Amino acid sequence: MPEVLKAPVVVEFPFTRSLGPVQSAFLTGLRERVVLGVKTRDGRTLVPPVEYDPVTAEEIRDLVEVAHTGTVTTWAWNHAPRRGQPLDTPFAWALVRLDGADTALLHALDAPGPDAVHTGMRVRVRWAAERSGTITDIACFEPYDGDSAELTGSTGEFEDPVHGIVARARLDYTYSPGRAQTAYINALAEQRAVGERCPSCRKVYVPPRGACPTCGVATSEQVEVGPSGTVTTFCIVNIKAKNLDIEVPYVYAHIALDGADLALHGRIGGIPYDQVRMGLRVEPVWSEGGRYPDHYRPTGEPDADYETYKELL
Amino acid sequence: MTGDASPGRREIAVVAFAQSDTLRTTEELSEVEMLMPVLHDVLDRTGMKTADIDFTCSGSSDYLAGRAFSFTLALDGVGAWPPISESHVEMDGAWAMYEAWTKLLTGDADTALVYSYGKSSPGSLRDVLTRQLDPYYVAPLWPDSVALAALQAQALIDAGHTDEPALAAIGARSRSTDNPRAQLKGPVPQGDYLVRPLRTGDCPPIGDGAAAVILAAGERARELCERPAWIRGIDHRIEAHSLGVRDLTDSPSTRLAAERAGAFERPVDTAELHAPFTSQEVVLRRALRLDDTVRVNPSGGALAANPMMAAGLVRIGEAAARIHRGESDRALAHATSGPCLQQNLVAVLEGDPR
Repeated sequence: MPEVLKAPVVVEFPFTRSLGPVQSAFLTGLRERVVLGVKTRDGRTLVPPVEYDPVTAEEIRDLVEVAHTGTVTTWAWNHAPRRGQPLDTPFAWALVRLDGADTALLHALDAPGPDAVHTGMRVRVRWAAERSGTITDIACFEPYDGDSAELTGSTGEFEDPVHGIVARARLDYTYSPGRAQTAYINALAEQRAVGERCPSCRKVYVPPRGACPTCGVATSEQVEVGPSGTVTTFCIVNIKAKNLDIEVPYVYAHIALDGADLALHGRIGGIPYDQVRMGLRVEPVWSEGGRYPDHYRPTGEPDADYETYKELL
Repeated sequence: MTGDASPGRREIAVVAFAQSDTLRTTEELSEVEMLMPVLHDVLDRTGMKTADIDFTCSGSSDYLAGRAFSFTLALDGVGAWPPISESHVEMDGAWAMYEAWTKLLTGDADTALVYSYGKSSPGSLRDVLTRQLDPYYVAPLWPDSVALAALQAQALIDAGHTDEPALAAIGARSRSTDNPRAQLKGPVPQGDYLVRPLRTGDCPPIGDGAAAVILAAGERARELCERPAWIRGIDHRIEAHSLGVRDLTDSPSTRLAAERAGAFERPVDTAELHAPFTSQEVVLRRALRLDDTVRVNPSGGALAANPMMAAGLVRIGEAAARIHRGESDRALAHATSGPCLQQNLVAVLEGDPR
């Protein structure tokens, strides 16, 4: 079996999330070095505060300030911090019940080592130097030997409150396309289109995905198809795609390669966009060193009869 | 739903179970290529073909391999064209089975194929799982899955419910399984701290794998399986969203699901628990009131193989397979999802009297 193809794939997404009134007050408060909780009807103070009571599902809006000092309720020593975590030196994860709160907040605790951390220890917030209204406005907690810190007297009303956060995420993957698609991509690099035939219904899939979606069985018999094919249907693209250096308008088409029972898609060139039609016979055009066809162009043959490709639409 | 035998309720059973090996990497296979042998295996056990299945439901997560809509590609392995009656949950396959069970209860279907799979190897699982957390207060801190489990373990140690040697013993007992599908078995060093107090031996191996079960109702179940594993009750419940609101040493959602599934009505002889971390078995044993008379995780559980999105369905499948083979008469199967046992499903399975 040839070596498996692999490539790095980075998935990044900056979700813009809007905040409810309680979350907005809490995160704006952090920006102003104030920690707010929310009171439930039975008198508990939840920190971090939520919009709805986790027990009764009642809407809760009664904000109350708590201290930026508190007590560790449980912890875990993280000797190898990972990307994105609050500190890049070893630290403890901790759930901290702030003075005045009945529930605990998750954050990092900066301590010299695991022997310096225990459940019940006193800690206080270390504020980030630059704050914008996010949970990371708390840089971390730090050990603190003392009583509850004094409150600022905040009412929970702030000027210029934050109404949203941008939640950035990045995940790194190593993509591998699997057996069938690896064979297809390798053949394509030699300017050949190789599909796979279903052992049951005999259909030839190009590109192959390893399974026949009608029969639910593995495909394995390799079948070279094309190089020419027939446009089965198409569309005219009028909007320029980002990072794509192709003049608009252009035609993007479904192309049934000769011998294939499934149409693949590609760009049509070498013909004015408004002359492309169903049944047009095309062939691939390879750019120098390209691992896949750059586009397809007319072969000059007469158009294919509709009956020959109607099942492939 | 409940464990009481409501009059007129259809009897539904797990009639077949199949699973792949769980491997650290399956880079030579696409998801459908990994899944297909399992689908064929489970169908072969009943002699059914794809066309005989009334309803198909699957569980998977695109985040694991970073492939958008990967479940639609996986459907090729079922033979889903022309369109079949199917559904998908972005959850462990145990919840796909719950959906299939409700579908069979309605009478709209007599048979269901349930499958799930997870390919964790292309990504960094500990980091990927942070994306399921509260996006406002928690996810921006990137607390990984082991760190959150470690907070729970420390809370259990502080409460006197366990200690590090007891946790190590749970890992060792789990991996003493003879399960040929286990990814990690036999003596395994307890290792260094991954996130203290959890050592590598307290954590599940990361692996790719797939599983499938077939459900059938009433007489159809008896035709397809010599000793069907009847689902006497099944229920799932969830904890409050915020970790700091919860008592991490307890699992009220598991207890409630078990009550509603009828687990406490009579003792079970076997329990397959989905406890990815040793400390979580401590929580589940207490919530489910399991004593030493119950065989817990003869399959090795998630500490021996933990294919994401499939490991919960595997617990149901393993429990059912023991009933099929006559090694159990009444078994409890549990599946979990989310950090620190956030959401829990409990099913009670029984074989006909012998």
